[in-house]
Amino acid sequence: MAFEPVLMKHVGRPGSTSLAAYRADGGYQGAARALRMTPDDLVELVKKANLRGRGGAGFPAGLKWSFLPPDRKVTYLCVNADESEPPTFSNRVLIEHDPHMLLEGILIAGYATRATTAYIYIRGEFAEQFHILQRALDEAYAAGYFGRNILGSGYDLECLIHRGAGAYICGEETGLIESLEGKRGWPRIKPPYPAVQGLFGQPTVVNNVETLACLPHILTRGLDWWLSIGTADSKGPKMYCISGPVNRPGCYEAPLGLSCRELIYGPDFGGGMRDGLKVKAVFPGGLSMGVLRGDLFPKAPPGVIDPKADYDELDCRLDFEDPRNYGLLGLGTAAAVVIPQTVDLRDVLVSVARFFAVESCGQCTQCREGTHWVYQIAQRIRAGAGRLIDLDIIEELTASMGMISGLSICGLPDGAAWALRTLVRKFRREFEERIAHQEPEAPLRRARGTNLAAYQLPVSHGRARAYPGGTFYLVEADHSNE
Amino acid sequence: MSWRAIDRKTVTDEQLGPALSEAVLDKIRSFFPRYPSRQAVMLPALHIAQEALGYLSLRAMHQVAELLEVPPAAVLDAVSFYTHFWTRPRGRKVIVLCRSLTCELMGGREVQDAIQRRLGIGEHETTPDGEWSFMTEECLAACEHAPCMLINEKLHRRVTADDLDRILADPENDRLSTPRSDLYDAPQPCTSEFGGIVV
Repeated sequence: MAFEPVLMKHVGRPGSTSLAAYRADGGYQGAARALRMTPDDLVELVKKANLRGRGGAGFPAGLKWSFLPPDRKVTYLCVNADESEPPTFSNRVLIEHDPHMLLEGILIAGYATRATTAYIYIRGEFAEQFHILQRALDEAYAAGYFGRNILGSGYDLECLIHRGAGAYICGEETGLIESLEGKRGWPRIKPPYPAVQGLFGQPTVVNNVETLACLPHILTRGLDWWLSIGTADSKGPKMYCISGPVNRPGCYEAPLGLSCRELIYGPDFGGGMRDGLKVKAVFPGGLSMGVLRGDLFPKAPPGVIDPKADYDELDCRLDFEDPRNYGLLGLGTAAAVVIPQTVDLRDVLVSVARFFAVESCGQCTQCREGTHWVYQIAQRIRAGAGRLIDLDIIEELTASMGMISGLSICGLPDGAAWALRTLVRKFRREFEERIAHQEPEAPLRRARGTNLAAYQLPVSHGRARAYPGGTFYLVEADHSNE
Repeated sequence: MSWRAIDRKTVTDEQLGPALSEAVLDKIRSFFPRYPSRQAVMLPALHIAQEALGYLSLRAMHQVAELLEVPPAAVLDAVSFYTHFWTRPRGRKVIVLCRSLTCELMGGREVQDAIQRRLGIGEHETTPDGEWSFMTEECLAACEHAPCMLINEKLHRRVTADDLDRILADPENDRLSTPRSDLYDAPQPCTSEFGGIVV
């Protein structure tokens, strides 16, 4: 059975953002069906569908809704449209081309959670998308899909758009809540979870745009259709993004479980590499989830490739389970960026480290300091004054920040750790080789131009002495060969 | 970003900068029913104030604090946390260039160099004629069109250093093709009954 896209069926159609076009294609029928059910049945349905959050963490939406206390008076629904994870853009595509699908999803989720007000937190850089969404919302209000007594069901829901102002951390659910309350977007310590005490101290549900856009289709096409798509643990369609030097960069919908190779080379997806470039590495789920090797992977220590035993990691299936087998954190946002063979990975390391250093909110010490520390080390390696011990320091640093090691409030440092650690670990041989081939004098001069800290580095002939990994002791400068 | 410390005890009147007009404050007040708390109006208020003045002056921050019934420090806290807000005058058009991984792979670095060469300004700086400001941001979520940049609200896709002259010379380079919503806009200047312009 050929897969029929549902989330992206209107993308590229002229006039797809208008209510008339959306209704002509069966729009708001899912919501009408939902409003005839009881909220509890609706939560049960979404639980049975095993709709897992599309925003990155993959937490089942139905389960999240069922954590709300039963005797609540006020419930808030927050829609997370603060899409900032490089290189993700699926929410942008969805809002740009089909805002009513999101609004219908909000109506369904709002009814299921008995929400009184829905806030759409859209990132500040989405200016055009804000105007499109606001116009769609005005249309929906005029047609009676929001406001009082929606479609004669007696259910009231206010929906309001709130614009962010440029902060990656506001995509974290409690960071989003803090930001919505008018404060800086510092994530909160959990528990209490937002379901119990969230926005304005009331029970709150935070869902991603794509998660909500799935809801109308579950209702109109039914549970059986939904469960027939995807793999055993990951159900439903997913919007995959592919960017970088491929022939067809863009957003494509496929059942969960698409392999990374298919996403890059499939004629319906990335369409292969541009100009015959070869893949060196892929970040398959946003930067935070870690990196896959795209070249052959010499497992034997001398670096000799054995074609039978060595493999690249592009067969990783992009669903909620398989990426863990490749040392990744999870599916993330299923947005892949391809790094070609021609790129120096030291530049990639700097770029990734800078992203997390800039976007760390500064609340937890080990994230605020650690990300900047790694950024400085990465700059030093790029400047040609790297030491072998730097790679060990990065590994050790990234192991000691984050929620998984129990030290941070939110998951941002985990993302930073996975991105940086997998990069250093999987491509260690390349970094070592770059460090080994640094010229003894020139790079140090260059490094001193960019980073004063390089003056304090003990470097002998461009490389540090080999050192047993995992300690912070500096290597004594070895001047005997100079 | 672009923060400059001012000793508030010795600050002179002109250092406080321009004030928000009553119309702008009314626009901010119109957001009150949308949220159960006053403080939640912070981001809309700052967006509107910045839209009205071009940046957030100290006086405007004090006005917002008074309006939202929060200490001025809370306003400053938000202003300095979010990258969107400027605390000194910015150009009429602000270029925001994406510098994340995909854009960097696809040649964003060259575009940045070309912009800075052409305008003669660095990051977070404004040209002397007050026309352009330049800054870089992490991912703008348009990676399929990398490298990309925003001029005010308009997203420019697949920018190359060669396109730059054409884009910067185009007077419509910050005009959106889709209809706008004025929800977050500052109120337009209107003519008063005395014939003067009231901002």
